[in-house]
Amino acid sequence: MTDFTASDAVPAPRKGSLLTQDARTKQRNAKEARFRMMGLVAVTIGLLSLVGLLTSILASGLSSFQQTYIELEVYLDPAKLDKTGNRNPEDIAKVSTFGYAPLIDAAMGAAIERVGAATDINAKAAGELISKEAPASLRDFVLANIDRIGETVQFDLLAAGRIDGFFKGRVTMETAALDRNISPEQLQLADQLKEAGILTTKFNWAFFTAPDASDTRPEAAGLGVAIIGSIYMMLIVLVLALPLGVAASIYLEEFAPKNRWTDLIEVNISNLAAVPSIVFGILGLAIFINMVGLPQSAPIVGGLVLTLMTLPTIIIATRAALKSVPPSIRDAALGVGASKMQAIFHHVLPLAMPGILTGAIIGLAQALGETAPLLLIGMVAFVREYPGGPPEGFFDPAAALPVQVYNWTQRGDPAFVERASGAIIVLLVFLVLMNIAAILLRRRFERRW
Amino acid sequence: MSTGYIILIVLGLGGLGFFLGRARAFATSHATGKKLHSLPNYYGQAVALFTAVPALLLMLTWLFVQPLLIEGRIGQMIPDSVIPDGGAKSLVMADVRRIAEGLDALMAARQMSEADLDAMRADFTDIRNRLGNVGVALGSDVPVPVFEAAKELRKSQNSGHFLMTVAVLGLALALLVWSWLRVHPDQRARNASETFVLALLIGASLVAILTTVGIVASLLFETINFFKMYPAGDFFFSTVWNPQFRGGSDLGILPLLWGTLYVSFLALLVAVPIGLMIAIYLAEYASKALRAVAKPAIEVLAGIPTIVYGLFALITVGPFLRDYVASPLGLGSSSSSVLTAGLVMGIMLIPFVSSLSDDIINAVPQSMRDGAYGLGATKSETIKQVILPAALPGVVGAILLAASRAIGETMIVVMGAGAAAKLGLNPFEAMTTITVKIVSQLTGDTEFASPETLVAFALGLTLFVFTLGLNVIALVIVRKYREQYE
Repeated sequence: MTDFTASDAVPAPRKGSLLTQDARTKQRNAKEARFRMMGLVAVTIGLLSLVGLLTSILASGLSSFQQTYIELEVYLDPAKLDKTGNRNPEDIAKVSTFGYAPLIDAAMGAAIERVGAATDINAKAAGELISKEAPASLRDFVLANIDRIGETVQFDLLAAGRIDGFFKGRVTMETAALDRNISPEQLQLADQLKEAGILTTKFNWAFFTAPDASDTRPEAAGLGVAIIGSIYMMLIVLVLALPLGVAASIYLEEFAPKNRWTDLIEVNISNLAAVPSIVFGILGLAIFINMVGLPQSAPIVGGLVLTLMTLPTIIIATRAALKSVPPSIRDAALGVGASKMQAIFHHVLPLAMPGILTGAIIGLAQALGETAPLLLIGMVAFVREYPGGPPEGFFDPAAALPVQVYNWTQRGDPAFVERASGAIIVLLVFLVLMNIAAILLRRRFERRW
Repeated sequence: MSTGYIILIVLGLGGLGFFLGRARAFATSHATGKKLHSLPNYYGQAVALFTAVPALLLMLTWLFVQPLLIEGRIGQMIPDSVIPDGGAKSLVMADVRRIAEGLDALMAARQMSEADLDAMRADFTDIRNRLGNVGVALGSDVPVPVFEAAKELRKSQNSGHFLMTVAVLGLALALLVWSWLRVHPDQRARNASETFVLALLIGASLVAILTTVGIVASLLFETINFFKMYPAGDFFFSTVWNPQFRGGSDLGILPLLWGTLYVSFLALLVAVPIGLMIAIYLAEYASKALRAVAKPAIEVLAGIPTIVYGLFALITVGPFLRDYVASPLGLGSSSSSVLTAGLVMGIMLIPFVSSLSDDIINAVPQSMRDGAYGLGATKSETIKQVILPAALPGVVGAILLAASRAIGETMIVVMGAGAAAKLGLNPFEAMTTITVKIVSQLTGDTEFASPETLVAFALGLTLFVFTLGLNVIALVIVRKYREQYE
């Protein structure tokens, strides 16, 4: 070993300084910078898509919270509304909406004359500035206040969808020239009425309360029935899915022996969580509607389908919450003589409750936005009547928020796209509120063991 | 008595049982001088549970089974002669049901008595008109057998409901008395009620199994019906999808499958690189502040309902691609296209890929990174040559889960991809997917006897098998390779 010469092992001394990089190091560092840049770009794309998504929806939907109205003084002419003159409600109810249209046209003509608007369009064309829904709302008013026939009453009537679109920038003089439903002259008249203060733009409360409206009356369409339907379904989901899910999780987490059966249940639950939502719709159609004979478009069917869909979410969240309660709590309860059931129901469950509720709210939020299964069980139907109060109302036809959005996007009039985006905003507001509730709940009650 | 009231009464009896049982526990303990085995509340609880739960379960089963039995029997009453050409028995049955409801409405409006109804004959009275008066509109005049079937249906429903009321309330009362009589200081009330509760817990966890059974059964049953009417070979191997109202449809799945896979492939092409890079950047490079903002913001994307993405595709992405990419290049003029749906679905899947991958990358032990740094590797070399290979099984699992999501996604493709079944390569053309066709074949008035409707179930089964397969493979991969690096 003494003839070992160290000189062989010494590598050739490195040329240059550590402070100046050689070509290979430079290349490697450049690669590093590029990779890092790619990551940053990916994050930016992700964030930009979120921003793009939200701005596009907000931009096209926010205007639906404003609506153009026309203030008119309508003379409720007894000669037309109550020909017999004895104010008999049944006779008055016989006058259809067609009987009310002339009253509105006359009021419109009077208003144009009063402000002295210079226009050469005829009375019929001037009447087209007002929504086709207006005679119906006038009729409802008269039927509710029969004693006011013969008076002149001030009404805020909906303006037609194209006029509303004109003030929101959706309709222009150029498009009106090509449009059969509106003419540039009508738009000019609308402008003059606006200056005179007869045409006003107000906050659109009816959007939240009114039912859906037909294809030709986008200005009257609202979310009332859809909101009620969605609330009913959420109630059903809450009442069914929460107890079922909690009970199932307690069994699986605390009692179930480890055997083939419980394994099967567990695999089942994780698979159910990944089944496409539309398959649940097929299940609802085949079992709840065809087999059991529950009515189509009813919140009860939607609620049941969504319950089955949310169960896995709630079970997974509940099991995580139960697992996070330390075993020492159970041991202490058992140690002082509680039965296993008592230990769980009196001690573990209350401690796990915040986590369980958070999971339940998130599950509910998921169910609220779910659309595809509801399409199959007939929630797309056109429903104008409000469902009754619960529990009978659960069996009445209703719409649901996300399905209403889909429904509106399938209509021809572009005004419905604005409504659909507005409905999405309402839906997102609900979701944000629910998620905030979940976060607050977690912050307030979460314990670190 | 309506079902709601029966439930309330049964629950009321349960509550009553609680107090009665408790009171009897005290009383018998006093009388016999024995100490109670359990806390007094458990005696009440046992009585309440025994009273309410079996009765409610009986009612639930009854509500499920009764329509099946009655409709089967009524169905036999309808001769083939009253079934219109090209129509189906189910449509006649729907009429029967509506007439029966109408008769109920007539009774409720006091326009008719039970005796009138017995005497009423479809060939003498204008039933259509009378039902119209109470708001039940019928398409045509009512043939005699249909009206008789409706009368019979109404009768059996009413008597069935009456029987159910008696049975449910009777059972509740009988069990109330029985379990109340059993209350005695020696009775192990806590054990009894705890066993009962355990049975309920087990029952709740069986709901998941029942759901799966329900899904598989309903899909399989109708699919078999479908294949009896339409040859399976044509369904799986025909390249034409062209449903007709009056029979003679071509229902080949291949164009739909192609559309589904094409859209999903494009979606993954967007989501996987971006999602993976986001996960890597946030796990390895990002500062704490950026991570705290970017991670939840990207996860917000996962919480947005798919209908929102659908609308985004419809009003923003579709027109944009058409006006600025497809039309100038002369590739197409349709705003719904494979690329629109794929792009938007890709955005939807980004958080899915990124948050799963993020967890997996964070699970790779720090010692492996330190080892690579110690050998002089740069950060990106460590990621590419050490961390990603270590995390690969998990990442593959995440991608497969994302793929199964993409295949089963409905609203984005319904609103973004179009409805034309085509086999083509141009991503700017509208194509359609399995889920779109399920929706279009099953929405509206569905009639359950035609292959055009039943094909939706065969499509649903295909979809179910596909997604289940992907999920199982993903699960197996993740489980098999997970612990290698821990």
